[in-house]
Amino acid sequence: MQLRRKIIDKLNGFWMITTLITILVLPLVICLGLYIKAAPIFEQHSFLELVFSSKWEPSRGSFGFWPFIAGSLYVTLLSFLFTAPVCLLAALYLTQFAPRALIRIMHPVIDVLAGLPSVIYGVWGILVIVPFVSAISVPLSDSPSSGYSVLAGGIVLAVMVIPYTLNMLIEVFNTVPNGLKEASLSLGATMWESVKHVVIRGNYPGIISAYGLGIAKAFGETIAVMMVVGNVVKASGNPFNAAYPLPALIANNYGEMLSIPMYDSALMFAAFLLLIIILVINLFFRLLIHKTKRL
Amino acid sequence: MLEEKFFIRLSALFTYSLIAVLAFIIIVIFYKGFAALNWDMVFKTPRGGYYYGGEGGVLNAITGSLYISIGATLIAVLIGMPAALYLNVQLIRYRRTQNTIRYFLDALWGIPSIVYGAFGFTLMLFFGMNASLLAGIITVALLISPIMVRTFDEVLCTIPKGMHEASLALGSTRTETAFRIMFKQGFPGFITAVLLSFGRGIGDAASVLFTAGYTDNIPVTLDEPAATLPLAIFFQLGSPIPEVRDRAFAASIILTIIILFISIGARLLSKRYSKTNLK
Repeated sequence: MQLRRKIIDKLNGFWMITTLITILVLPLVICLGLYIKAAPIFEQHSFLELVFSSKWEPSRGSFGFWPFIAGSLYVTLLSFLFTAPVCLLAALYLTQFAPRALIRIMHPVIDVLAGLPSVIYGVWGILVIVPFVSAISVPLSDSPSSGYSVLAGGIVLAVMVIPYTLNMLIEVFNTVPNGLKEASLSLGATMWESVKHVVIRGNYPGIISAYGLGIAKAFGETIAVMMVVGNVVKASGNPFNAAYPLPALIANNYGEMLSIPMYDSALMFAAFLLLIIILVINLFFRLLIHKTKRL
Repeated sequence: MLEEKFFIRLSALFTYSLIAVLAFIIIVIFYKGFAALNWDMVFKTPRGGYYYGGEGGVLNAITGSLYISIGATLIAVLIGMPAALYLNVQLIRYRRTQNTIRYFLDALWGIPSIVYGAFGFTLMLFFGMNASLLAGIITVALLISPIMVRTFDEVLCTIPKGMHEASLALGSTRTETAFRIMFKQGFPGFITAVLLSFGRGIGDAASVLFTAGYTDNIPVTLDEPAATLPLAIFFQLGSPIPEVRDRAFAASIILTIIILFISIGARLLSKRYSKTNLK
């Protein structure tokens, strides 16, 4: 009996550690797998050439990813501009000022917003945001836009990223010791002054990390952006014009990927690039959060 | 003083506007899709001429989505549940290691699903498979495993250490401690983790785009391709025919209802099971 329990314990411990290791090496395996698939394109072009060239003619063998990277950066930047103030103030309100009843309602609201599939956001974007952008483009821009544009992508992306960033900010602000705020209040500062100087200033690393992770999340979002952004290979500065972000490139072209030489490894390179960028941002900002949490 | 008033009002406005946005999204989806929603949508597969406005529904996509996310959730439970228990039972004395592992898991959570999709595709080519139910299940399982571990772990690490020590002191092995004490105490968290992963799996389109394929039939074996609900919406929305586009909106209602049920269910179930917990 004793022996049986011990054997089960040993076997089970082995199973458990195997699963944990499997999950932990997963990113390495993904990196490796994508790199091997992308390797053929490295033999013909250098890394910098691939990233910074803007010549995209797959049938002639030239693969410049710059228009796509620029498109991704532009959409992400716009969405960041929308999310940053909303998330910061809403997180402050929810952690410092809000009545209890509101907090009870907000939890499920944030959960559902975070849980809605991206294709639903895409449908909503097509129904609401695209016509809206098209309408405001008439007075604001010299060329009327169809609405399928960087701006529409940015707005839809912002709504998708808000619950994610907001959740992290709430977590960050909840770690502020009450004593610190009370000390500030007892010195005669008003509530808002205490919030500004104690809650915000004391949490710069946390706030920046939450923003950084939100940006990484926005950068990799695929379907919703792809549905509203227009998907035209052309880098331009006008937010009412269409763009073609990197994830959309991968998702749109998998069908013809095997028919043009080198195209498949070019797309796998795009996925590899996306993975590396997002993994680096994640590792960096998560480190910042973990470091501050331990204090 | 003016500044204070302004900012508090503004932040209240932003907070309430989030509720408004959620309501707006749900109302728009229901309003647009309601006209085309009927029982045929839910209980029939596409018939001939469906994509030109003919008869049929999206049963193929609903079952495909369910098959893929149930399969993927099962695999994720098999991988994720023991991993989370190991992290909280065997490694409990090594705070440093625990934190490092949590750090990597958090970073893993951030990898976008299109990357998992591309990776699943390379795996598929490597093993010489075609786009199929099995490939879809494996890809989605990889996508949701980190979510499963981290969500379950989040609850496990709040269990008082004394409970764990008491179990060991009574002579149970670590396995028994893990499954009889920690798993039982963490059960509400486990339910949340399962439902959250399931919801993520059923709503994700980018990972199954390459791997699961698309078909009008209900898959019977693992090596057949399978349609999924998000992709059904996506493809039908691309059609120039208004009837087909209306059906995409109706399918969006179905998907939204599934997700709402999962969210609400996760809340209710975890509340119900945490009542019986020792505190």
